[in-house]
Amino acid sequence: MNDSSSPKKYLGQSVERIEDATLLRGAAPYTDDIPVPVGTLHAAILRSPHAHADILSIDVTAAEQRPGVHAVLTGRDIKALTEPFLIVLRVPLDQWSLAVDRVRFVGESVVVVIAEDRYLAEDALEYIDVKYRPIEAVIGTMDATKDGAPLVHEAAGTNVVSRRDFSYGEPEDAFAKADKIVELTIDYPRNSQTPLEGFVVVANYLPGDESYDILSNFQGPFTVHPVMSKALRCKGSQLRMRSPAYSGGGFGVKQAIFPYVVLMCVASRKVGRPVKWVEDRLEHLTAAIAAPNRVIEAKAAVMNDGKIIGLHFEQWDDYGAYLRPPMPGPLYRQHGIMTGAYDVPNMTIVNNLVMTNKTPSGMVRGFGGPQIYYSIERLVHTVAVELDMDHLEIIKKNLIPAGSFPYRAAAGALIDSGDYQQALEIAERDGKLEDLQERRDEMRAAGKLYGIGYAAVVEPAQSNMGYLSTINTVEERKKAGPKGGNVAIATVNIDPLGTVSVTADSLPQGQGHGTILSQIVADELGLTPQEIIVNMERDTQRDPWSIATGNYSSRFSSSTVVSAQKAAQRVRAKLARIAAQTLNVPAEEIDFVGGQVFAKGNPENTLRFSRVAGTTHWSPGELPTDMAPGVTETVTWSAPELEPPNDKDQINTSLTYGFVFDFCGLQVDRVTGEVRIDRYVTMHDSGEILNPLLADGQVYGAFAWGLGIALSEEFVYGGDGSFLSGTFADYLCPTAPEVPEPQILHMVSPSPFTPLGAKGIAEGNVMSTPVCIANAVADATGQRDLRLPLSPSKIMGLIDDDEPPAPTRAASEILVKSDAKGGRGVTGSGSARAPAAIQTVWDTLLDPVKLAAVIPGCHQLDLVGENNYTAEVSLGVGAVRGRFTADVRLADLDPPNSVVLSGGLHGPLGASSGMGKVTLTASGESTRIDYDYEVVVTGKVVAIGGRMLDGASRVLVEQFFRRLIAQIEGQNEAGNSAGSWLSRLLKILGVGR
Amino acid sequence: MSQPIENQKQQVNFTLNGREVGGSAEPRKLLSDFLRQEMALTGVHVSCEHGICGCCTVRIDGKAVRACLTLAVQVDGRRVDTVESLAHAGELSDLQKAFRKHHGLQCGYCTPGILMSVEAFLEISPKPNEEEIRDMLGGHICRCTGYTGMVRAIKEVVEQRNEPVPLIEV
Amino acid sequence: MKPKGFEYLRAHSVEQALDSLASNGDDAKIISGGNSLMAMLNFRLLEPKVLIDISRLEALSGIEYKGDYLEVGAAATQAQLQAWPGLAERMPLLALAVPHIGHFQTRSKGTVCGSIAHSDPSSELPLCLALLGGSVVLRSKRGEKVLKAADFQLGMLSTACADDEMVVAVRFPVKRQGAGYAFTEVARRKGDFAIIAIAAEAVGGTIRLGIGGVADKPAVREWSDLATDALDDKLNELAWELGGNDDIHASAKYRRQLVRRLGREVIETAQENGVAVKETN
Ligand code: FES
Ligand code: FES
Repeated sequence: MNDSSSPKKYLGQSVERIEDATLLRGAAPYTDDIPVPVGTLHAAILRSPHAHADILSIDVTAAEQRPGVHAVLTGRDIKALTEPFLIVLRVPLDQWSLAVDRVRFVGESVVVVIAEDRYLAEDALEYIDVKYRPIEAVIGTMDATKDGAPLVHEAAGTNVVSRRDFSYGEPEDAFAKADKIVELTIDYPRNSQTPLEGFVVVANYLPGDESYDILSNFQGPFTVHPVMSKALRCKGSQLRMRSPAYSGGGFGVKQAIFPYVVLMCVASRKVGRPVKWVEDRLEHLTAAIAAPNRVIEAKAAVMNDGKIIGLHFEQWDDYGAYLRPPMPGPLYRQHGIMTGAYDVPNMTIVNNLVMTNKTPSGMVRGFGGPQIYYSIERLVHTVAVELDMDHLEIIKKNLIPAGSFPYRAAAGALIDSGDYQQALEIAERDGKLEDLQERRDEMRAAGKLYGIGYAAVVEPAQSNMGYLSTINTVEERKKAGPKGGNVAIATVNIDPLGTVSVTADSLPQGQGHGTILSQIVADELGLTPQEIIVNMERDTQRDPWSIATGNYSSRFSSSTVVSAQKAAQRVRAKLARIAAQTLNVPAEEIDFVGGQVFAKGNPENTLRFSRVAGTTHWSPGELPTDMAPGVTETVTWSAPELEPPNDKDQINTSLTYGFVFDFCGLQVDRVTGEVRIDRYVTMHDSGEILNPLLADGQVYGAFAWGLGIALSEEFVYGGDGSFLSGTFADYLCPTAPEVPEPQILHMVSPSPFTPLGAKGIAEGNVMSTPVCIANAVADATGQRDLRLPLSPSKIMGLIDDDEPPAPTRAASEILVKSDAKGGRGVTGSGSARAPAAIQTVWDTLLDPVKLAAVIPGCHQLDLVGENNYTAEVSLGVGAVRGRFTADVRLADLDPPNSVVLSGGLHGPLGASSGMGKVTLTASGESTRIDYDYEVVVTGKVVAIGGRMLDGASRVLVEQFFRRLIAQIEGQNEAGNSAGSWLSRLLKILGVGR
Repeated sequence: MSQPIENQKQQVNFTLNGREVGGSAEPRKLLSDFLRQEMALTGVHVSCEHGICGCCTVRIDGKAVRACLTLAVQVDGRRVDTVESLAHAGELSDLQKAFRKHHGLQCGYCTPGILMSVEAFLEISPKPNEEEIRDMLGGHICRCTGYTGMVRAIKEVVEQRNEPVPLIEV
Repeated sequence: MKPKGFEYLRAHSVEQALDSLASNGDDAKIISGGNSLMAMLNFRLLEPKVLIDISRLEALSGIEYKGDYLEVGAAATQAQLQAWPGLAERMPLLALAVPHIGHFQTRSKGTVCGSIAHSDPSSELPLCLALLGGSVVLRSKRGEKVLKAADFQLGMLSTACADDEMVVAVRFPVKRQGAGYAFTEVARRKGDFAIIAIAAEAVGGTIRLGIGGVADKPAVREWSDLATDALDDKLNELAWELGGNDDIHASAKYRRQLVRRLGREVIETAQENGVAVKETN
C-alpha cells in the first residue's frame, strides 16, 4: 500500500483558520443560535439558597397557575423517572438532576419550570414555595475530614469517600538518609476558566421509539453518555447526542452539562414538547462546576547539595457535594507524573477524596495539573530557600537527564522525549534571564520588592482512559478487567465532484481543530486547506464515536490528528491505485500536487484529482479488482503505550509529555500590595508544532488564565456555605490591561509515540504560570505560605500587617462595627442611648406593634406562638428591594435587662438568619442599649451583592436601633423612608394624620 | 384576554444595519434578546447579562453600548449596528481580516462585541497607542486568547488606516 | 436572568416624568443610561412597576459652564463629560477621575447624574461631587431644590431624593484659583469598582481629602495649615473613623491601610499640581 506522503506544505505552517471567516461575521451557529423544533418550550431552574438543608415541602401550585407555564417538576418527578447517576466509586453518594429531599450546595437545582419563554419561566419561579430546614454545612476541606464533621452524604458514613496510599521506589530509605526534609502545605483554591458561552440544552423526547434527541454544547468525554442513558433508563442508542460545530469556549467545563441533559430529557417527556434551557451567568458561576480545590502536604527529602532523593504528597482533593463522573479525574490524571520534571525515584502518595457542601468539582483545563505543579514547584522553591541555594540551580540539579528518554517516572509515566537542559539553556539565553537578574538587583538596591520566579512543568496530553482505575486496588482492578487506551476516530470522505470533507471525534471549542485537520488532509491529497470542508458536528446516532470522543486532556494533537492523517493516507492510496491503472504506472509512483494526480517521473501527463476521485462514484465498474466503490475512509487509532495500571500501581497516565519552563520578574508594590509583572518568558517543547499561529494562541490563552488563577480568580464561599462570587464583577477574569504579553520560545523534541510527533500545548501554562508567579512573589517578599489568588489585600497582609492603633475618641450615638468573620456572614456590636427609662425601652421591644414598626421593612407582626411572630417584609438598601417572609422570636427574656432577638428571612433573593442580643442598662434618666448581632445571609443576594453585604447588613441593623430610639422618643428619625413608617405607626396607634 | 399593561408589546421601529425595520417587544425585553430572537442577528452574543463581559456590545447611534443593559423599546427611532454589518459585499473588513491574520479569536464568542467596540473607539480615537487600546479592551472579557492577537490586529489596523492616502499619478 | 415585567414610559418632557413619579411614587424608577439599574433589573434585585426613561430629554442632556460651576444634566453621559472641551482646564479633578469610571463601553451610556443618584459607595463621581462640595438639583411637582452633596448623600445606595423627586442636574464647582488636584484609585482590575478611591484638593495651606469605597458613602475632610507630621495622625484617625468594609476583594484593614498610605501620596500630588499651576500661571 502506498503510504508515502508528499512533503508537508501546510502542516507546521501558520495557516490562517478556516473557521474565522464564519466567526468574524457573527455567522457561526452556536447552540443557542440553532433553530429549534416548532413548539419548543423554555426552562428556568429554582436553585437552593442553602448549602445544606432538608427540603420539608415544595408547593408549586401557584407557579403552575402562572401565565405561559406548562409544567413544574420537582425531585419527586425526577426520582420517579430516573436513576441516580453512576459514579466511579462504590460508595452511596446518590445524586439526581434535581435535589431529592435534601440540598447539598448553594445553587443545587431544586425545581424546574417549563414555560412559553424564559421570561415567563423566571416569573413563575418566584411563586414556588420551598420550605427548608437548614443543616450545618461543612465547607472547609480539612474541616470535612475531622471526626464529628457534618456528613455531606450520611449514607456514605464519611466525607473522605476514598483514600489510597501509593509507594514507589524506596521512600522510607530516602527520607531516612536525607540531609534535610523540606515541608510545605498548599491550599489551592477553587476556580474555573468559565467559558463565555454557558450550557445550552435542547431536549426532545420522541415517543415513537422512546428516544431522546439532544442538541447541546456538551464537549465529551463520552464516558458520561452511558451515565446519562442509565439515568434515563434507556439504551445508549436511544440517547442521541448532537453537538454543533461551534462552541463558545469549553476548557473542560462543558463536560458538566450532563445532569442538565437528563433534566431536560425528563422535562420534555413530561410536557410532550421539546424543551430548551440556556444557562445564565449567575447559574454558571454558582452551580456549573469548579476545578477541585486541594490541600496538599508536600515533603521533599533533600541532600545538602540540592539533590532531591524522595518526595511525599498527601492530597485532599475537594469534590464538593457530589462526585460527578469522570470525577475524581483531577486527582489521578497526573498520577504517573507526580515527580514532575524531576528525576526522583522514591515517592509516596496518599490520595484522599473529600466531599463538602460546595458546588461539585469537574473538568477544567489543566485537570489536576495546576494543583499538583503548584505544590511541586513551590516545594522546589522552598528547598532552595531552606538550603540557601539558587532556585534555578536546584531545578537544574534535579531535572530528568538528557538522553534518558523515553524515561519511566517513578509512578509510571513513560515520558516520550525531551531535552530539559537544552530547553533551559535556550530559555535563559533567548529570554535574557541575566538582564532580568540585573534588574532585580537594581530594583532591590532601590528598595523595591522585586522577585524572579521559575517553574518547570511536564505537560501531559492524551489521557489514558484507564488512569482512573488507579483509584481501585490491584485486586479490584483484576475483578473489573483492565482499562487503558484512548480511541481516536476520523473520517475522510470524497463526493462525486471530487471534493473532500473531513469529520473527527473532537468537539473543538475554539482551538481551530478544523483548520489543522484541513492542513493534514490537504497535504496528503495535494490540495489546499481551503478546498477541504471540515465538519466538526457530532451525532451519536450517525457518526462513529467512542467513550474517548470529545475535547479534553489535549488529546487532539497527539491522537485525533493521527486518525485523520491515516484516513487521508488510505484515501490517497486508493486514489493512487485508480490513477495508476489509468496512467499505467505502479501505484507507488503516483503523486498528488496542486489538485493534480500524476506519475512522479511524468508530471506532464496528469489527471485531475476530482476526476480520479469521481471515478469511484460514477463508474465503480472501472475500479481495480477487489476495490470497494466510493471513497470514505474511517480510521480508529489507540496508542499501545497507554497500558492499564500494573500491579505496582504504576500507570502511564498520558501518551505524550511536553516540557514547559517559565520564568518571570515582577514587582510587588509596597504601598498597595499590587503585583506588576515586568517580563514573562515561557519556553515550550511540545514536540512537532502543527500550526505555530494556533499553538502560540493556546499558550497566550493558557497564560492569561494562569495569571487569573495566580492573581484574581476564586470561587469564594462563606463559612456557612453561602456562595460569594456570582457575578463577573466578583469572579475576576483578567482583562487586556492586566494581561501582559509573554515571550514564547520553542524547541522541538518530536514524540516517538504518535506518528505526527505532536504533543499537547494548551494546558502547560495553566500549570506553570500560577506557580511561576507565586514563586516570584515569594522571592520578592520572602514569604513562604502564599495562598492564591494573590490579591493586593492578601499580599499586604503578608508584607506589612501592622496598623497604628485607633485614636481614642468619643463614641457616637450609634456605633456599629462589623466584621465578616471568615465569610460567616456579618457580626457586629454597638451601643445606643435612649432618652427614656429602662422599662419604657423594654416595653417597646416587647410590644408587637411597636416592634413591627422598628423592624426595617415590616408592616405587621402576626403572632404564631409565644414570643414568636411571622411577617411579610419588604427589605432593602437604596433601590434594591426584595420581598421576604420573616420569622421573629424573642428568647432568654430577662425583664427589663436583656433579650435575644432571633429570626430568619426567606424569599426569591435568598435566605438569612440572624441573632441579636440586646442588653439594657439604666443610667439616670436614660437607658444604654448594647447589642451584639450576627447575620448570616445566603442565596442569590450574596452571590451578587457580596461587595455590599457588610455595609448593607450594618445599615439594616443601624436602622433597627435608630427606629427603636425614635419609637421610644416618639419622634421621627432622620432619613428617607422614615416618613412612611412613622405615619403608618401613628395610624396604627390611632393618632394618624 | 387583555394582557396586563406591563406585558403589552410595544412597537419598535429603528434602523438596523442600515435597513429600516420594525418589530414589537414587551417593555422588559432586553435588546440583546430582541436582536437575537426577533431580528435573527445571532452574532449578538450574550454571556453575563450584567454588563461586564462585553459580548453583547452593539452600536447605538454609533456608540458602543451593552445590549444586555438596554431595553428593546429604547432603540425606537435609533440606529443600531451589529457585527453582521461589518463585512461588505461578502468581503471581510480590514479589522476582521486583521483578527484572522493575528489569531485574535479562538472560540469567537467575545469577538462580535469586541469588533463593534473597536470600530466605535477608532472613530473617536483614530491613533491610539497600545495602552489606550488595552484600556478600551478592558471593557471586554475574552477567556480564550489572552488578548495578544487582538491587540496586534488592532495596532495593525490603526497603522493601515492612518497611512497617508497615496497620490494618484495622472 | 430576565427582568420582571414593568411598564415603560418614554418621557417627552420633564413634567411628564414628574407626573408619573408623583402618581407612582416608590413604584417608579427613572432610567437614563441604565448601566446599574438594568443589571439590577436583570438580577431581579428590584421590581419597579414603571420605568421612566429620561434619556431623550433634550432639556436634560446638556453640560453647561455656568461660571462658578459646571452643570451636568440628567441625560448627559459620562462620555459626554469626558469629551467636554474645557474639562482638563476647568475641572481638573473630573478629568483625572472620569477615565476610572467603568469602561469606554459603559461611559457611552452611563450618565453622570445616574451615578450620583445610584450612590454606590465605590463610585468616582459621588466622591468628586463630595470633595468639590458640589450640589444636586432635585425636582418634583412640588418644586425644585438644590442640595449640597453632603446633604444628598446619605449612605450606601441611599440619597435624600424623595420618591416623587428626580435628579435633574448636578453641579460641580470649577477649579478654584491656585488649586491643585489629584485622584487615584485601587481596583482589582481596570474599571472595576474601587476598593478605594481618593481625591484631593490643595489650595494654599488648605487641603481637602475625599475617600470613596471605604465607608458607606464618600467621606471628605478639610485640614488647614497642618504640620507635616500631623498628617499621619489625621489620616490614621480618618482611617479608623471610616472603619472600612470587608468583602471578598479586600479586607477592611487593607482599606484603612490605603487611606493612610495613599492618602498622603494623593495630598502631596495635589499640592505639587497646585504649585505647578501657579508656576504656569
Ligand atoms: S452579556 Fe452584556 S455585557 Fe455581558
Ligand atoms: S475567543 Fe473565546 S472568549 Fe474570546
